[in-house]
Amino acid sequence: MSANLINLLLEATWQTLYMVAVSAALGTLLGLPLGVFLATSQRGELLSRPWVNKMLGLVVNATRSVPFIILVVAIIPFTRMIAGTSIGTTAAIVPLTVAAVPFIARLIENAIREVDSGLIEAARAMGATPLQIIRKVLIPEALSSITLGLTLAVVSLIGYSAMVGAVGGEGLGDLGIRYGYQRFMPEVMAVVVVILIVLVQLVQSVGEWIAAKVDKRAPKGRGQ
Amino acid sequence: MSDRKPQGASIVFQTVGKTFTKPDGSSVSAVDDVSLTVESGAITGIIGRSGAGKSTMLRMVNGLERPTSGQILVGGQDVGAAQGAALRAIRRDVGMIFQHFNLLASRTVAGNIALPLEVAGVPKAKIRARVADLIHRVGLDAQSDRYPAELSGGQKQRVGIARALATEPKVLLSDEATSALDPETTQTVLQLLKDINRELGLTILLITHEMAVVRDIASHVAVIEGGKIVEAGKTYDVFTAPQHPTTRSFLSGVTGVTLPAFIKGQMHDDRPSGPCEEVLRVTFSGKHATDPMLALLTRDLGIAVNILAGAVEEIGTQPFGNLLLSLDADKGAEARAYLERHGLLTEVLGYVG
Ligand SMILES: Nc1ncnc2c1ncn2[C@@H]1O[C@H](COP(=O)(O)OP(=O)(O)OP(=O)(O)O)[C@@H](O)[C@H]1O
Ligand SMILES: [Mg+2]
Repeated sequence: MSANLINLLLEATWQTLYMVAVSAALGTLLGLPLGVFLATSQRGELLSRPWVNKMLGLVVNATRSVPFIILVVAIIPFTRMIAGTSIGTTAAIVPLTVAAVPFIARLIENAIREVDSGLIEAARAMGATPLQIIRKVLIPEALSSITLGLTLAVVSLIGYSAMVGAVGGEGLGDLGIRYGYQRFMPEVMAVVVVILIVLVQLVQSVGEWIAAKVDKRAPKGRGQ
Repeated sequence: MSDRKPQGASIVFQTVGKTFTKPDGSSVSAVDDVSLTVESGAITGIIGRSGAGKSTMLRMVNGLERPTSGQILVGGQDVGAAQGAALRAIRRDVGMIFQHFNLLASRTVAGNIALPLEVAGVPKAKIRARVADLIHRVGLDAQSDRYPAELSGGQKQRVGIARALATEPKVLLSDEATSALDPETTQTVLQLLKDINRELGLTILLITHEMAVVRDIASHVAVIEGGKIVEAGKTYDVFTAPQHPTTRSFLSGVTGVTLPAFIKGQMHDDRPSGPCEEVLRVTFSGKHATDPMLALLTRDLGIAVNILAGAVEEIGTQPFGNLLLSLDADKGAEARAYLERHGLLTEVLGYVG
């Protein structure tokens, strides 16, 4: 493989990492509070805002039901507004983030809902405010599941990032299509696939390691 | 946190009712017109069957549930009317322990006990000192840095108790705190609650479905059935002279005095015709608990009795005895009058032909 190709591969890997890292970070920044809110705002719950909960739930579902490649194209005006352009790797972060936020929000909602309601009860009995309960009880107790959820989100984002070539986002997926497929260079395709597999594997392992590290519950099988 | 000795606060239920409205629109009356005064500094037990409304009553004391009618006063403050910061302030004066402990799996023993103090905004250094104190009090010095998953049930409940005491509450609420524990561990946890009550003087209100728990630590008891208090009073009085059938059925489980199966099988509620035996429960209490009354009965009236079952127990430091007897039904009235005259309580359980 030529030095030129290797450079292209390195650059594409970097672009993928850049898109995924930034959109995952932004997605978490926005998805975490959204997910916590969704998990605690149904009627009778900690923040009890049933109507806002329903509306947000609808928006989240709507966003999640649009196939990613359609989403990318559909929000091009929005992308242009935010990024100043609709073409390029940085611009691709916009649709990736838009897809990541509701996805991460739902994962975090699920993780928070898994927390034993007895703990909320105990914290209320201590005189904790809803915000204290969220910060000191719900998030720490859900941290292991949240980590696994975020791992899943990052893995999905790696997959999505391969589709943003449609708006001129570069990265591994785009390279694979342009060289591997359109220019009949199967070896490029193979290397791209291998790099993607390694990336996903790495993310998954690190995610699981962190999740296990923060999980202080009894190991599975031993029970409580 | 000062060195002041926290004083208990009284809890007063005034015609309290709680009706839950289910999502389908139907409603359940969980607590119905309950009036009860829980004495300051005492250990009071509320006993009742599953679904009787025990938890609902308890949860109204710290405002986890609001009464739909009536008032609950804790140390004179109306909990049902308190909102926001005022309610949270009351909650800091009321500790609570739970059947399933409700400890944070993500925090160590020390971290769990620190939580209520963090919530109350106590400075870090003070938290550390107070937590060390509490850990020592409940005997978990060696487990301070362990996580709940590494503890036994009894140890977890000790953490729960230490956590409940962290903010120096005036009242401790216990919702079936020993129901998930084995009998021996139950005893050690009950003993800890007793010690805390004695040393700190705080009011303990506990709910249970086991009369043994009431007998072992409560000076006062209230029996709840279908959301209503059917009987309440000093534990000793309720044990020795139960008025309500529910109380009696709870007691028959704990006094260990039950009829042998072969007698129960052939017993009639109404006296059959012809010669038969009357089955009696005789309760000895106070200074009569240890009198040789049966021997005297035989001597004075010439009535012979069969002893079917019996035991002498202690409530607090007062003994009381429970005997199941059978004797000639024709002599029953005479014998009962004699025993009652001597300060014993009698109850006819049935007749055996
Ligand atoms: N949040 C609720 N919504 C609807 N009904 C409720 C609710 N909480 C309790 N109830 C009902 O109120 C009644 C009393 O319940 P409560 O939990 O106080 O009983 P309990 O005496 O504590 O029973 P257990 O021994 O099983 O814990 C039950 O019929 C129960 O179904
Ligand atoms: Mg209950």
